[in-house]
Parts: sequence; structure tokens; C-alpha cells
Amino acid sequence: MAFVVIAFTVGSCTTVKEYQKSRLNDSEMVLSPRKIEKTEISFHTYREGASGANGGKGGGGCGCN
Amino acid sequence: MKKICLTVVGLYVFMFAGFGQKTPADTTYKSRKLTFEEANLVSSYYKQDGNNSAVTGGIGTEKLTDIANVIDVKLYKWDKKDRKQSIDIEVGIDHYTSASSDRVDLKNNSSASSADTRIYPSINWTRENEKKGTTIGAGIALSSEYDYQSIGVNVNFSKKTNNRSGEFTAKAQAYLDKVSLILPVELRPPGSPVRDDEYQNYPKTSRNSYSGSFSYTQIINQRLQIGFLLDVIYQQGYLSLPFHRVYFADNSVHQENLPDTRMKIPLGLRANYFIGDKIILRSYYRYYKDDWGLSAHTFNLETPIKITPFLSISPFYRYYNQTAAKYFAPYRVHTATKEFYTSNYDVSKFSSNFYGAGFRIAPPKGVFGMKRWNMLELRYGHYTRTTGMSSDIVSLNLKFK
Repeated sequence: MAFVVIAFTVGSCTTVKEYQKSRLNDSEMVLSPRKIEKTEISFHTYREGASGANGGKGGGGCGCN
Repeated sequence: MKKICLTVVGLYVFMFAGFGQKTPADTTYKSRKLTFEEANLVSSYYKQDGNNSAVTGGIGTEKLTDIANVIDVKLYKWDKKDRKQSIDIEVGIDHYTSASSDRVDLKNNSSASSADTRIYPSINWTRENEKKGTTIGAGIALSSEYDYQSIGVNVNFSKKTNNRSGEFTAKAQAYLDKVSLILPVELRPPGSPVRDDEYQNYPKTSRNSYSGSFSYTQIINQRLQIGFLLDVIYQQGYLSLPFHRVYFADNSVHQENLPDTRMKIPLGLRANYFIGDKIILRSYYRYYKDDWGLSAHTFNLETPIKITPFLSISPFYRYYNQTAAKYFAPYRVHTATKEFYTSNYDVSKFSSNFYGAGFRIAPPKGVFGMKRWNMLELRYGHYTRTTGMSSDIVSLNLKFK
């Protein structure tokens, strides 16, 4: 089901020209986690069993999981 | 603490020194010299409390405070082939106090492990070829704390689609870590160091983490962009923490014992949508599974609301749910029949809620009229876990351009 939704979403994309990207280029539209979330992601990594797939580390570099 | 303050002041001086290299923003001019792009300072204060510490076998205080400061400075230049070369230098310093770590030797406020400082510098280089739509990069990271040292390396490659609306990224990372084997005091063999500050004398063992990260981002239309993320993470070596106690049903005390390999596969999806001219929906979902029997779902939604084009408020909510690792059991439940055991509630079955709000200003004339001070963001979050643990975090991000 998820793959159908993904395929439909990607399939429906349109070419956006540079001058049409004012909203997409807004600093709060970035797809990666924002700088201020850095330490929050660290504490979630310490306190929860799951990690990764968020642009950060999935393990290593500290005495956490 | 004094050392940390001096280091932070030093980093500020270094950061401001970089401003001297700033050149006026000019779309036609491309600097061949190394030029300051931006600097960010992220500071946070974290406080938690609970009653399931792994140091004392799943019972006892989890009280902990952490002050973190991370400064990163980004520099760039254009090479002769018109490729943008960027260098990102980052230094982080955390200082924490932990009531549970203080129980390694069972005497409150007496051990060196009751407080610690972690220092983690890193440097990353990238080279972007705008014509080809490709970026390559590499980096190295170090981390050092009282009983844990780490060296990390990474390489990455990105390629944009022909119409520049999609981008594929692959990244390989390796962390080669050393863990000092500081056992709970009552489990130390005769002849071991007695005082925790004699950590140089503790034997060390290795823990290595290798990961491959793959992502694909796609612009759907003028308001919507999405990203898929997949990590494959393999850990090998000593994956327990040596000072975590486990009390068996017969009340005997043991050291936590976990397998020496772990395979983790998290799969993430991000979608950001701009509604009208004032509201952004930032959403994130992650499914996680590993071979310790732990699976988890994470859902995050943040909605920046633009009060003016330069001032926004961002309420957010994050829900997290995980199953227990098959090696987990609470205090005095494990028996000697099991090969692996832990009473660490971080791998128990629970769900958590994290919510709060951020406040962000980025005026065109600079924050408080200071042109180079580009942005100020303040954020608060409250975290609760169904195991009874709760925490609060306040973060501050200052950006200079």
C-alpha cells in the first residue's frame, strides 16, 4: 500500500523552475533535520532503542546504543 | 567546568575571526579563496528523571543533566573547474552529571563517574559540481569521554536528476570505538583499580559500527517535497555497557551481557508541505527493526507558522513506540538459564510523547540590528515515557553569516 502511495506521489511530480522555488527554498522547508534538533536527536538516540534514518548517526561515537 | 567555559569562549573567538573573510553576496562573483559562509552555535540544557536506572539493575534514580554546546563553521571556495569546495568544521562539548553513573561504586557523590565531559570535533569536506549535479565528500570525527573514545570516518556521493528536482545520496560511515571496562565495584576482580579516576588502568575493548545510508529526495510541486531514507547499520564488538547491573531472580548480581553483533535497519520518510503563505507542515515517519527483536515506529509533525516573513512559531509533536529487545527483563526477573540479559529500560517495551514549540527570528537587517547575526531560534520540548521517565530540553541556535 505504502509503495502504491509513494509511486503515485512521485509519479505526479511536476518540473519546478528555479524562480518557482521560493517556498521550497524557505529555510524551514529543508528535508533534513534542522540544526536546533541536533541535541534532541542525540537524547532520543540515548533513551530509545531505535536510531538512524534521520540524517544522524545510527550508533557509534558515544557510549549510547 | 572552567576549562569548558574557556573552550567555548575560544570557539566563539575563532568563529568571529572567520567573519573577517566574508565577501559581499554576489551571484556573479565566485571566490577562489576560502571564504566564510556561515557559523552556527547550538546550545542546549537537558534534564531527566525516572526510576529505572540500568546501573542499579532497572531500579533507582535516572536523574541526569546535560549541557551541550556545538559550534560549526562552514567555509567554501570555487576551484578552477568551477566546482564548489566546502569545509565544515564542528566542535561539540557536552558536560553531564548523572546520579545513576554515580552508583557504579554504590557511594553517592563520591565517584569520578558522577560527572563527565565529552568532546567531539569533526571536519567534513564536500565538492559540488553544479553542471553535473554531483557532490562528493568525506569526513572524520573524533569523540572522547571518560570511559569511551571513538574515531569516525565517512564518505558520501550525491547525484541530482537531469531536471534537478530529485537527488540520490549514498553515504558510508564507520565508527571505531574503545570502551573502558569499568565494572560495578562489587564485580571487579581482585587487583582491579578501586578508584574510578584511575580509568587509565582499566582494560579497554572495541565496539565498531558500520553503516550505509541511502536517501532520495524529490520535489513534487512548488509546495511539496519528500524524501526517503534507508540505513543499514551493523555493530560488532562489546555492545553492553560494563557498569550496567542485572539482578537475577535469586538476587545475585551480574554484569549486563548482550550479543556482540547487532544489525539495525531503519526506514524513514519525510514530507514537507507549504500551506498558503504562512504555514509549513514538516512530517517524518520511521520504521525500525533490528535483530535483537526490537521494532519501533516514530512519527513527528512540526508546523512552523509564519507570524511575519521573518518571525515564526513552531509547535511540534513526536510519538514513538517500541517493542522490547528479547534480552530485556526487569529487576530480579532474569534467571541463569539465559545467555544474554539486560535490565536497561531504554530497550524495554514503551511508548513516548515529545512535544513543545520553537520561536525563530531571522530579520533582513540582522537580529537586534546586527547584520551578521542572521538568525536566532529558541526551542523547548517536554518528553514523557510510559516507563515513568520524563525529561525537558531547551535548545538555542544562533546563526551568523
